[in-house]
Amino acid sequence: MSQYSLNINGITRQVEASPETPLLWVLRDNLDLPGTKFGCGVGNCGACTVHLNGVPTRSCMTPVSTVGRKKVVTIEGLHAQGAHPLQTAWQELDVPQCGYCQTGQIMTAAALLQENPKPTDAEIDDAMSGNQCRCATYLRIRAGIHRAAQIAVERKGKV
Amino acid sequence: MKPVQDSYASSKDINRRAFLSRSAMGGGLLLGFSLDTASAAGAIGKPISVADMTGFKPNAFISISDQGVVTLVSKQPEIGQGIKTSLPMVIAEELEVDWKDVRVVQADLDPVYGRQSAGGSTSTPTNYDNFLRLGATARTMLIQAAAQAWAVPVAECIAANTAVHHLPSKRSLRYGELVVKAAQLAVPSADAVRLKDPKDYKLLGSRIGGVDNLAVVTGKPLFGIDVRLPGMLYAVFEKCPAFGAKVLGANLDAIKALPGVRDAFIIEGTTNLNGLMPGVAVVAESTWAAFSARRQLKVRWDEGQAVKDSWDGFVAQAKTLARQPGTTQLRKDGDPVAAFAAAARTVAAAYSYPFISHASFEPQNCTAWYRDGAFEIWAPTQNPAAGQNLVSETLDVPKEKITVHMTRSGGGFGRRLSADYIVEAAAIAKRVKAPVKLTWSREDDLRHDHFRAGGFHHLRGALDKAGKLTAWHNHFITFANRVTRDGKSILQPGSGASLSGDEFPGRWVANCLLEQTAMECAIPMGPWRAPGSNVFAWVFHSFIDELAHAAGRDPLEFRLELLGNKDVMPGTGERGVPYDVARMRRVLTEVAQKADWGRKKFVRGQGQGIAFHFSHRGYIAEVAEVSVSRAGKLKVDRVVVVSDIGSQIVNLSGAENQVQGSVIDGLGTMMFAELDIQRGGIVQSNFTDYPMIGFPDAPARIDVHFLKTNQPVTGLGEPALPPLAPAVCNAIFAAIGKRVRQLPLSRVDLSWS
Repeated sequence: MSQYSLNINGITRQVEASPETPLLWVLRDNLDLPGTKFGCGVGNCGACTVHLNGVPTRSCMTPVSTVGRKKVVTIEGLHAQGAHPLQTAWQELDVPQCGYCQTGQIMTAAALLQENPKPTDAEIDDAMSGNQCRCATYLRIRAGIHRAAQIAVERKGKV
Repeated sequence: MKPVQDSYASSKDINRRAFLSRSAMGGGLLLGFSLDTASAAGAIGKPISVADMTGFKPNAFISISDQGVVTLVSKQPEIGQGIKTSLPMVIAEELEVDWKDVRVVQADLDPVYGRQSAGGSTSTPTNYDNFLRLGATARTMLIQAAAQAWAVPVAECIAANTAVHHLPSKRSLRYGELVVKAAQLAVPSADAVRLKDPKDYKLLGSRIGGVDNLAVVTGKPLFGIDVRLPGMLYAVFEKCPAFGAKVLGANLDAIKALPGVRDAFIIEGTTNLNGLMPGVAVVAESTWAAFSARRQLKVRWDEGQAVKDSWDGFVAQAKTLARQPGTTQLRKDGDPVAAFAAAARTVAAAYSYPFISHASFEPQNCTAWYRDGAFEIWAPTQNPAAGQNLVSETLDVPKEKITVHMTRSGGGFGRRLSADYIVEAAAIAKRVKAPVKLTWSREDDLRHDHFRAGGFHHLRGALDKAGKLTAWHNHFITFANRVTRDGKSILQPGSGASLSGDEFPGRWVANCLLEQTAMECAIPMGPWRAPGSNVFAWVFHSFIDELAHAAGRDPLEFRLELLGNKDVMPGTGERGVPYDVARMRRVLTEVAQKADWGRKKFVRGQGQGIAFHFSHRGYIAEVAEVSVSRAGKLKVDRVVVVSDIGSQIVNLSGAENQVQGSVIDGLGTMMFAELDIQRGGIVQSNFTDYPMIGFPDAPARIDVHFLKTNQPVTGLGEPALPPLAPAVCNAIFAAIGKRVRQLPLSRVDLSWS
């Protein structure tokens, strides 16, 4: 077991874990942040997506020893009040079915919107192609990303 | 699946007494999810109790506090089908409450709620009428309470927006102000209360977002895998890839010495393929400690008979069996032999599909705690009673000592009707003096499913000179497990792996022979979304399409002629279900019209296909439009769906989501899903070799239409899935002239020049 000091959602958290422990399980078991989901354990499905320094990353394939000082943002830290444009849009359009994959979807989509505030369908499909939804809510996720882009513009207009 | 009519509305008084007596005891009836608190996975296991609440509780489903908060109980498991939102909407409609005043809590398994199972798309049809009456009963009492308070006739009062209004005097009392008075009134008979005219519905048929959506998008603990209890340990359970293999021994001492490991032991298990299978449990201080210790586990297995099972072996066996008559005759009408001999033209084709997994995204898991001879269980389950029964039978603990809390499920698709993972968690917990969460890996989940069976259909059809279908013959070769029933050893086909003699076009073709032969296997099988229908619709509507083209006729016109002019086709035999042909003709005609069938022109490489299917009380027709590139790449451009699921859509948002999801699930399954079997086990291991459909393959457009008919309200978790695969395959034929007779599509060369 080793000691790690991690920057999680802007707060420094101390963790004791074996070095190869995936960040996913550190978040879920050690830090009580269950919003990041276990789907496949091999980086294929995208349910475990978090941001490392803003880059969408598969936490199930990220050993805790490699995180270092990188800023980790999980779904719990995406927006202080849970009102990121994507979170708002997801509720407006009633995107989820079972909901299990949706936090991973939102984290990938958030990174996309950061880089490309007004993506096309094709750009969405490309950026989101590594996130799967077993309930197949793909059409609503697409619509949700478009709507979130719009909400972001509307909010800027108000400021 | 046979529908079960819940009876709690008619036996409401008994249930109410049971509920109230339990209320007096103050027992924790409900599992609550403290969504308003900051993330703490511990909250998921903390029961809150409606029974402890003060206020007006006319039945076990409704509680109104003096603050006007309306708490509605969701009795059914939530697996993504949206029932936790839609059934409470039914109560809220008749109760005349503002949806913003409603909060929904998830029920535990409890007889007070009637049957609690999410299977067969039955939650809506078996609860709808009762739920209307539950809401109407409470509304009637609240109006009565207000009328008494004002000393005015009941007839002068109306309920709306969580309040009772006296129109002549323009007075209003909020429900919260009426709870004390209402609680003192006798509960009227459910049959005596007046129901609303559906034309006055405000909530039903509107778009209401899922009640857990905020918790979902902010990552709050909701799912079974999120359960966290004080002092909880984490377990994994290793089973042999070959089904039914027994444990001879394992390096338990070495495992117990690994970091974070608390215990490791053998569970002998039973011979029930859908129950507690033999294996080795590792219990540790964290999920990862258990997962990584498992990598060091070395188990010696007695693989027994199962290792003889292989997919290639079954394919060869099915080929041999196809040359012989079927062992069971499911249906014989007219004189098929004479009809084939007299045919102007006959068509023969063989169709096959593989075993597939459910692959629900939340891997199977369950948390169990064994204390003082009793179990407390937290499970993502579609069928909590099955869990209770299996744990009781297998571990010899009386049912009344097994409490089951239902968590939200990260997908179901039929997988969680089984309770194998629940009994595994319980068996492990019985050996450990702490609550234990069992978590399956994705590999466990894919390889130890209760699978949808593969199958082989050998079909022949006869056409007369006019191009009319005169005879139909199918020899279906399927899979069965050997089981003991009433002391006799029998072969029992897997769930959805047995053909009904009434399945369309049985009953419609004058000369019809349906035969079935089952191959014995030791592979566990279980219901997969729209069991049976999910493959039969593909096979039969693909072959009907072949016949239409062989007859040189339009596939829609050929189908309409086949359906005929009768309005209702009676079922055959005691258990037969009537088929409302008029409803099917209507959805078929409508879908053709909405998709511009026969009017739209396509270039080579593009085309339309049509199919329909009746299942789970739903009448559904679909048209798919596809493009196939010269290199053979399929793209589904558009799917049009027309459904008749009765007189009322409960939640329009949820209903559309279910249909679109079913269409894409149907597409992904036909494109990619395939399991190989070698040495009695599954070859595939994870999504790397068992791919899911992703964004690029999802159709750009899925048009969803509901026809409202004067028919009972029914469910929508399943019936939109079956017509998709044949509609797409028929469109592929229209586009490039290639007929798909084997699934998945990834096996089929669709290139053309």
